[in-house]
Amino acid sequence: MDASMFRAWIHEAARSVTENADHLTRLDSAVGDADHGINMRRGLQAAVAMLDETNPSTPGGVLATVGRALISKTGGASGPLYGTGFRQAARTLGQEPDVSAAQLGAALAAAVAGIQRIGAALEGDKTMIDALSPAVTAYQAVIDTGGDLAGATRAAYDAAARGLKQTADMQARKGRASYLGARTIGHEDPGAASTVLILSALATVCSAGERRTKGHQ
Amino acid sequence: MKKLINSPDEVLADALVGVAAAHPSLTVNASDRYIARAGGPTPGKVGLVSGGGSGHEPLHGGFVGHGMLDAACPGEVFTSPVPDQILAATRAVDGGAGVLHIVKNYTGDVLNFQMAADLAADYGVRVEGVVVNDDVAVENSTWTAGRRGTGATVFVEKIVGAAAELGADLGTLAALGREVNDRSRSFGVALTSCTVPASGKPGFELGEDEVELGVGIHGEPGRARGRLTSAREIVGVALDAIHADMPLSGGVLVMVNGLGGTPLIELYVVYAAVAEWLAGHGVWITRNLVGNYVTSLEMAGCTITVCRLTPQLTHLWDAPVVTPALRWGR
Repeated sequence: MDASMFRAWIHEAARSVTENADHLTRLDSAVGDADHGINMRRGLQAAVAMLDETNPSTPGGVLATVGRALISKTGGASGPLYGTGFRQAARTLGQEPDVSAAQLGAALAAAVAGIQRIGAALEGDKTMIDALSPAVTAYQAVIDTGGDLAGATRAAYDAAARGLKQTADMQARKGRASYLGARTIGHEDPGAASTVLILSALATVCSAGERRTKGHQ
Repeated sequence: MKKLINSPDEVLADALVGVAAAHPSLTVNASDRYIARAGGPTPGKVGLVSGGGSGHEPLHGGFVGHGMLDAACPGEVFTSPVPDQILAATRAVDGGAGVLHIVKNYTGDVLNFQMAADLAADYGVRVEGVVVNDDVAVENSTWTAGRRGTGATVFVEKIVGAAAELGADLGTLAALGREVNDRSRSFGVALTSCTVPASGKPGFELGEDEVELGVGIHGEPGRARGRLTSAREIVGVALDAIHADMPLSGGVLVMVNGLGGTPLIELYVVYAAVAEWLAGHGVWITRNLVGNYVTSLEMAGCTITVCRLTPQLTHLWDAPVVTPALRWGR
């Protein structure tokens, strides 16, 4: 994976989040303050604009730029949390011009660790971690058994989607939703939902990359 | 959605233009998005910075001025400000004695202010933070993100602001802010929802005969839904909850705060019930505020905040203040 593929991922994530902003906001109005879709759209569109402007040449450079954009434009809790995740991933990738599937796995694991460090959320708290953490585990399992990037990102997406579904049964213990207590049960977590969209974008771009590579052979 | 706006995405920017035009005593930095005193930092005085989502006016921009805040960082509507914004405001008001951040306990606010404080350290600005968490409606706090910060924020900003004007140092002000917070409790009641401009739809639905008990200052639903009864009964629920959490005694400061959609006549009805309840429990009101201080756009309802005063806190409350929304003594 080179910088152009990471850029394609963020473009696709921004497109998908923009398209689903109303859905994210609806989920947030059930448990929070009805701005998650609006914030994520603003943050990711700012990330795309900053990428187009600065055109970083390495995957790490792309993710660092995205992290900076999210922290400085998103607001709310999602800005610092996602921003920190992308910046930690960037740090792991360093200045490598090309990144292997295993390196991306390490970067995703670093992102989860960074988000957990500042958000202090664990699995079961009904947050983005409930989608992200199983996704990284699933990604790693595919890579460990000799799978490829497309398979690993698809597995990550599937695990995140399952994790999102499970958040509906949970009672929120972090963030603004926690103030509602038991009334959060029955609603999917908006942060987990945006995580699914971002991982879905990754899987889409990696599958397209795979098809392109195979087409050339 | 019916609102007097130009475009849902430009509400904050347009409002800041209005703030700048209306208040020559303030300076508005449109690109970094903060509101500060026009005179710049006072050398040797600790700078006070607060902030949070917009939609709570006059909180916080309306409390910038002599005797209260040095700067306020308004985020997008109901969304915390971002670190760049807070950092810019922090650096702008540092008069060499450090800067105190007054932060309401919402995850987004806490995270963004923390990141800004870390960045400020890189520029050699000493920063301390006071987290306000006065809302008794949140139970079970070991499992949640803790109590929300609501009305007591105004008390902390006013009392700490007065002490800062008198030359107290950063550590003293942080301790004072925590003391005010520890002595204050709030409870909120919503009668309607409100509409965030960028979303265009009400945050939640409430039936004609329903109230949301224990709301924060956002469109977020409260902890429980009840039937709309008399103001006296609702005040009883609120003050019972406050009293159970922090037994009330002696002289208190009371704020009956409108959430944006409730006329003053109803707030006075509520105030009468508050005074009656307190008198019945041997508590007397020595200072008060009745009006819209921490709003939630056009949400109907109110929050009740009580602070158990000490002579020192009373003295600081009475000290002169000159801001767009709070003004006395000078």
